[in-house]
Parts: sequence; structure tokens; C-alpha cells
Amino acid sequence: MVIDKVKKVNEKEEKRVKNEKASDMMIGKWVKCDNCKEILYKDDLHKNLSVCPNCGKHFRLSSRRRIKQIADEGTFKEIGGDIVTKDPLNFKGYMKKVEMLKEKTKIEEAVKCGTCEIEGEKAVLAVMDGNFLMGSMGSAVGERITLAIETAVKKKLPLVIFCVSGGARMQEGMISLMQMAKTSSALTKLDKAGQLYISVLTDPTTGGVTASFASLGDIILAEPHALIGFAGPRVIEQTINQKLPEGFQRSEFLLEHGFIDKIVERKDMKSTIAKLIRLHK
Amino acid sequence: MAKITAWDRVMLARKMDRPKALDYIQGLFDDFIELHGDRNFGDDKAIVGGIATFEGIPVTVIGEQKGKKAKENMERNFGMPNPEGYRKALRLMKQAEKFHRPIITFIDTPGAYPGMGAEERGQGEAIARNLFEMSKLEVPIICIVIGEGSSGGALAIAVGDRIVMLENAVYSILSPEGFASILYKDSSKAKEAAGDMKATAKDLKDFGIIDKIIKEPEGGAQEDLEMVIKELKAYIKKSLKELSTLSKKELVENRYEKFRTMC
Ligand SMILES: [Zn+2]
Repeated sequence: MVIDKVKKVNEKEEKRVKNEKASDMMIGKWVKCDNCKEILYKDDLHKNLSVCPNCGKHFRLSSRRRIKQIADEGTFKEIGGDIVTKDPLNFKGYMKKVEMLKEKTKIEEAVKCGTCEIEGEKAVLAVMDGNFLMGSMGSAVGERITLAIETAVKKKLPLVIFCVSGGARMQEGMISLMQMAKTSSALTKLDKAGQLYISVLTDPTTGGVTASFASLGDIILAEPHALIGFAGPRVIEQTINQKLPEGFQRSEFLLEHGFIDKIVERKDMKSTIAKLIRLHK
Repeated sequence: MAKITAWDRVMLARKMDRPKALDYIQGLFDDFIELHGDRNFGDDKAIVGGIATFEGIPVTVIGEQKGKKAKENMERNFGMPNPEGYRKALRLMKQAEKFHRPIITFIDTPGAYPGMGAEERGQGEAIARNLFEMSKLEVPIICIVIGEGSSGGALAIAVGDRIVMLENAVYSILSPEGFASILYKDSSKAKEAAGDMKATAKDLKDFGIIDKIIKEPEGGAQEDLEMVIKELKAYIKKSLKELSTLSKKELVENRYEKFRTMC
């Protein structure tokens, strides 16, 4: 039958494309969406702000890509880039790992801060990066964030922080824990000065970052379906000895429970932030 | 006597018969009246708080409370607060500010409770809010780590003008077991982790994170609580006297600088 023949040709063609995609994936041109399993051409994905065109899954972003998406072209000027990782515990292998990561990620630490313009509105922007030790907060991250906050106070600018973090950085022990107090404390100055702080929670934001500056925004936004919580899901499951329900600790869950103001898709993030800044002028 | 290792101190800090927050409250203060509830959700028994007098002066006291017997320890959720516990603490601290009372907090927790309800009610927000608010309270705050001070759950009531640790107390980013399981992928390496974390009173004094170590009798605070109380009393008295000479503005500014420069 003709139809059978067409079907066969189609199957053959599909198989060919699939094979081609598979071989391209080997050379790094394609990625598979871990949500809908669709094979995506990397360039297409990046053109779509690293959001799956098929299912809308928001892929994790490097600080470099995020800054490119939020700051007006050519306006970002880094603050605190000279603040580097410290090793207060003299922790075995830590500095070696940091050096390796610097080489691999081409960034110096898990946050990049600076002044910039967002649709022409001047702001201080801090963007965390999950590729660097899971975006964990040690002394360098805490110090850079604090400096960003202080710059916002001094220059009378609104502050925007994009959070992504596994929490306080274990390798720096108590020095990391104290960053929570330091950053939260710095935010009291911004608050007192009557200036706007927008916190944006992205996948995943947990631990000591959730329990400090991430939760202290005047306005707290989140990307869709981001994992946001204090304790990690695995720790909770081990504690209560049961599996967590679908969607637990996701952005939609936090919105439902009253802990975030709004879920914003990546394509609308820049304009939403700019609008909020204008509303506070 | 053999050298006391960091792990030995962890064990001492966790001893069931080690004095708990309420023992120190009874020993240091008079006229203690416990106050309950966060006015929003409930009363968390893992945190106690109220008003008392210290040498005749009204003060607000707050403590993470573990039980000294298995049953009480369960009722106290092993000293692991839920968000309403931190919010109760904050309510009492704001009240202290309103009535110009110094605040004394006692830290003793394995960490903030990692349960479903705690997440639903915003454990992260509750801790963050306390850090934020404590940084700007216009009354003196003295924080005393009496046992286990673990993670953000401990820090949530430990932003103050003076941070004190008992000699065998441990103040750490996470329990040694948790630390070992994350960094060594093996929770049985907790003993090793306890040392590597540098979380003893002496370590933290060297880091400049705490101001004072209170000596304990051999074998731990339970062996001679009177002795520990006596030393604590003297330290609180001296500190309150020093802090009372500062204006509100100086007090808050000094606290800011303290955390700004310590790490
Ligand atoms: Zn997809």
C-alpha cells in the first residue's frame, strides 16, 4: 500500500535524523532536554534564552549569559572582581579544586557583581553562578555581595541579585556561615536608605543563601519550576523517611505558600525588572 | 590527662545530661517568666524565651532548648526549631527593643529542622529575617553557645554584640556527620571532619568569630554548673556594663562592623 510505503520512508527519514542528531550530540552541538527528552540544537536553545522551545524548561544559566540577558549591552562594569577565594580551614584539596574550576569555567568565583543599565535604568546587579562549586557562598561570594550592596547604598541605586546556590560553602567552615550574617546585615543599610532590592530566585536556591539575602528582597521573583528551599529535598526525605510530593519546594509551591511575589519567565525577566525599577523611581 | 580532641568536644556538647538553656536561665537570672508563641502559627518548644531579671535589671532571654530525658527531648524536637520558633524569638527580641531590655540568647541546636512543614512555612525566610532584624536591634545582645551550634539554625539567634562559647561547645557550619557526608562522601568520617571543620571554641576565638571562651570543669559543664554560671555571670555583667555606655547608634554600628570585618 502507498500509505505503508510513505510511512516506511518517513520512519527511515526519522531514523536518519535521529542518528544524525545522536552523532552531533557526541560532538556537542545538540543537547537533550531532561524534561521533555526532545533533542535540541544548542544554538537554537541559546537563542531562546536557554529555555526549551518544546516544553518551556528553563535551563541553568552561567553568570556570563545571565548578565548578557539582563544588562544593556556594554553597560556592565564589574565590582569586586579582585576579591578571590580564601582557604581559612586550610582544607585539603580546596584551592586545587578552585584553580581547576577557574580554568574550566573561566570565572573567578560563584558570583559576578557590577553596575549596569537595565533598559536604561541604572542598577547594581549581582549574578551567582552554579557552575562554580554549586554557587556556594564562601568568603569571596559573601564579600562580593556585601560590596555590591554597599555600592548600591553609596550610589543610591536599586539592587538586583540573581540567586543560584547550594548554600554556604562547606570548605570554608564557619567563615562561610558568617557570610549569611554579613550580607543580611548589609541589607539593613539599603533598607534604611529606602532603596529597592529585587531578589530573583533561580534553580536551585537552597541552604544558607535562601536563609539570608535571597529571602530578604523587597520584591522576590522566581523563574518557573526552580527548586527553592532551606533544606535540600534529600535531607528532608531522609529526615521524615518518606518521598516528597511532586512539585515540593518548586517556585509554584513557594508562590502558593506566600514566599515569593511572582514567577517570571525568562523572556519577560528583563522588562519586569526594568518596570519594577521605574515604579520605584 | 589526654588531649581533648574536637570529636571529644562534639560528644561532650551533645551529652544528654549537659546543662541546657533552661538550666542556664534558672542559674543566671531571677523572676523568669516564660512567654509563648509566634502569634502566627504556634508555639515551638525547641525555642524557649521570656523575661527575667539579671542582677535586678529586666532582660529578655531566648534559648534553643533540648530535652534532658528522651521523652522531653522528643517534645523539644531535639532542639531543632521550626520557623515559628525563630519567629517567636524575633517577636520577643522586638519586644525587648521596645522596652529597652538587653537580650541574652543561648545556642544549642543540631540545626534548623529539615521537615516538610518547616519548608512550607518558610524556614529559610524565618532565619534570614532574624539575621536581618538582629543586625539592627537597638538593645545590647549577648549570644552564648552552650552546646551544639549547628548551621544557620544556630546563627538565627546568634547575631549579637558579644558572642561567647563554653569551652566544650561546638559552633559549626553543619554537623560533623553532614560535613563528612558532603565532603568525604562518607558520614562515618565524622570524627575526622570534626577536627577539619575547625569548630571548637579555641578555633573560633582564633578566627575572631567569638569574643570569649568560658572555662568548663573537667568532664564538662554538668560536673560543676555553679562554676560555669559564676564565670558566665561575671562576663555578662561586664559586657552589659560596657555596652550600656554606647548610644543606640554606636551599638548598631559596632555590631555591623563586627560582622563586616570578622569574615
Ligand atoms: Zn523540553
